[in-house]
Amino acid sequence: MSTLLILAPVGFPLLAAGGCAVFGWNRVTAWLGAAAAAGLLAAAIGLAVTGPGAALWGLLRADALSAYMLIVIGVVALLAMSASPAYLAAELAAGHTWPRAMRRYGVLTQAFVAAMALAVLSSSLGMLWVAVEATTIVTAFLVGHRHTREATEAAWKYVVICSVGIALALLGIVLVHYAAAHVGVASLDWTTLSQHAGRLDPGVMRIAVVLLVLGFGTKAGLAPLHAWLPDAHSQAPAPVSALMSGVLLSVAFYAILRVKVIADAALGTGFTRLLLVIVALASLVVTALLLLAQRDYKRLLAYSSIEHMGLIALGTAIGGTLALAAVLLHILGHGLGKSVLFLSAGHLHQAVGSSRIHAVRGLAARAPLLAGAFALGLLALLGLPPFSLFASELGIARAGFSAGLGWVIAPAFVLVLVIAAALGRHARDMLLGPASPAGAIPMPRSVAAALIAGLAACAVLGVTAGPLNTLLRTAAAIAGALP
Amino acid sequence: MTETMFTLPPSLYVPLLDLACGAFLLTGMMVLWRRDLAAIVRLFALQGIALAALIVVLGVYEQDVELVAVGLGVGALRAGLLPYLMRRALIAGGAGREVRPVVNVATSLLVAAVLAMLAYAVAQPLIRLSPTPATQAVPIALTVLLVGFFVLVTRRRALSQVVGFLLMDNAITMTAFLTTSGVPLVVELGISMDVLLAVLVFQVLTTRMRAAFGGTDLDELRELHD
Repeated sequence: MSTLLILAPVGFPLLAAGGCAVFGWNRVTAWLGAAAAAGLLAAAIGLAVTGPGAALWGLLRADALSAYMLIVIGVVALLAMSASPAYLAAELAAGHTWPRAMRRYGVLTQAFVAAMALAVLSSSLGMLWVAVEATTIVTAFLVGHRHTREATEAAWKYVVICSVGIALALLGIVLVHYAAAHVGVASLDWTTLSQHAGRLDPGVMRIAVVLLVLGFGTKAGLAPLHAWLPDAHSQAPAPVSALMSGVLLSVAFYAILRVKVIADAALGTGFTRLLLVIVALASLVVTALLLLAQRDYKRLLAYSSIEHMGLIALGTAIGGTLALAAVLLHILGHGLGKSVLFLSAGHLHQAVGSSRIHAVRGLAARAPLLAGAFALGLLALLGLPPFSLFASELGIARAGFSAGLGWVIAPAFVLVLVIAAALGRHARDMLLGPASPAGAIPMPRSVAAALIAGLAACAVLGVTAGPLNTLLRTAAAIAGALP
Repeated sequence: MTETMFTLPPSLYVPLLDLACGAFLLTGMMVLWRRDLAAIVRLFALQGIALAALIVVLGVYEQDVELVAVGLGVGALRAGLLPYLMRRALIAGGAGREVRPVVNVATSLLVAAVLAMLAYAVAQPLIRLSPTPATQAVPIALTVLLVGFFVLVTRRRALSQVVGFLLMDNAITMTAFLTTSGVPLVVELGISMDVLLAVLVFQVLTTRMRAAFGGTDLDELRELHD
């Protein structure tokens, strides 16, 4: 039973990819992705209930942390894939895509989801690396989906920067393997490594941890190697942006969570903490500087992702079960809020034909539903109640002050306020004011349902995590474990 | 099987190891010097042979048949398949020379010398953990890694950037085999697969770039900025 539950999250999307490859993109196969995401989510919940297990001769393993990440993948994939049919139909009508590209979209998005599921189910550092690099390869074509100059440029930058980043992580893995082999553990398995972490050579581990944090941090959109993110997220089709921003960044960050457990045991908590504090503050500074004068609303959302990954890195730096539970909640809340925003931005882009902020005026009067979703999504990302990001940011701040890291938390939240002010100003320009003569923007029912469901889930999570509470605590205990 | 295998005495093992490492370093450095793209691809193929030879030497010394086989596989990928793919992209592209590099050759070589010293300093903890002839060659691998990164940042042709990335990847593979006898086989297969796919992605994107921009000079990439 548990073997099936572990194989299902990778298997369902692969089946859907096969379906799209064989039958092309039509009215039925367009919904395969959403069905596969629902299946993935169901299997993830099953894994959370049944507890840990392993499959495929121990290559795949699921514990509470994996199950939680699978839930995040499932939820965001469900939102993005439910909005995909309407998005591609509009692209086709506008002549921006064609049947062959749509088939490829169907296959690649599902392969992408499968690779992310594989990443969080991998039992070893090596397999995780392979899966994360696979996401880069698959999404490269999704970023370049439109074949325009901008899309091709974004795809090139994305592949080059992420491949280099992930190559650094590979060198880190090689060094961890070296340190482990020296104490007689020729394995890259998480549990084996963390059992023996105390005996790993600190000199080698220090270099390895720096490389791993920088490398997986590149893919997670953390400064200093974040330059690919605004380009890729603004050029990809909206549902893909939602997936990339909502979960891919967090899946890459999941690798850092796992690495931190080993690093803390080998080097003490101080080393990784300092490293993560530096990248977190750098990411927040970059966002604050570049958001103030931003002119493109898709890039606006992309930079906001760098901000939230910075906050997640900050929470992880603090460490401890309380902070890590807040980090995990933040990952889910950001996934929900950001996918709602990217999906509405994609819809807006199709209706207006431009992603310039000044091209959009008086949206509230033209399209109340779209404007409402966009505004509420932004409020969620700014960390206002009742949305769950309020609870998680508060949790991170409280854990930080009680861990004696107030000197980091204070400047970080000043930067968050600056970012919030910039986002608020841009949003006011877009949403308010007199409506332009272009008229109303109709919204397909499937997109509206995805937007409302995402916002509702984010709000409910903010009030009560309900049954997720136990899972959050167990997962945070795994991420914060000290042997 | 192992008893019948040829044994390599240390007096022969160390010079052979050093020869392979020297060839690896030399081919990496020559990439900085050449501007002809076809020559750069040839150098990359030669480096693949040096890497394969290094792994085979290690395998024979440790009397590990699997390691010898992995070495031959690595050679087939890095000296055969990848250069073949790049040569095909080059023929399709026509233009065969690197445009004037951002940093000239003399400065590049000076920078490489600094990078080599940096690599040597960084590698000290790695050598200290287990000072064998193999781990003592790790600074060479790290030098090539940094040189690869330098090529990637300073060259303007798409293909040169790909070679820079692949130099880094060769260097990481070399580090893996010098420190331990490589990462577990499943992971090694996955890594090779990913590298191969990454090169294919680069190839497709280069074709698209040529269609969209009329060339593969990366200075043309300036549509996206804040």
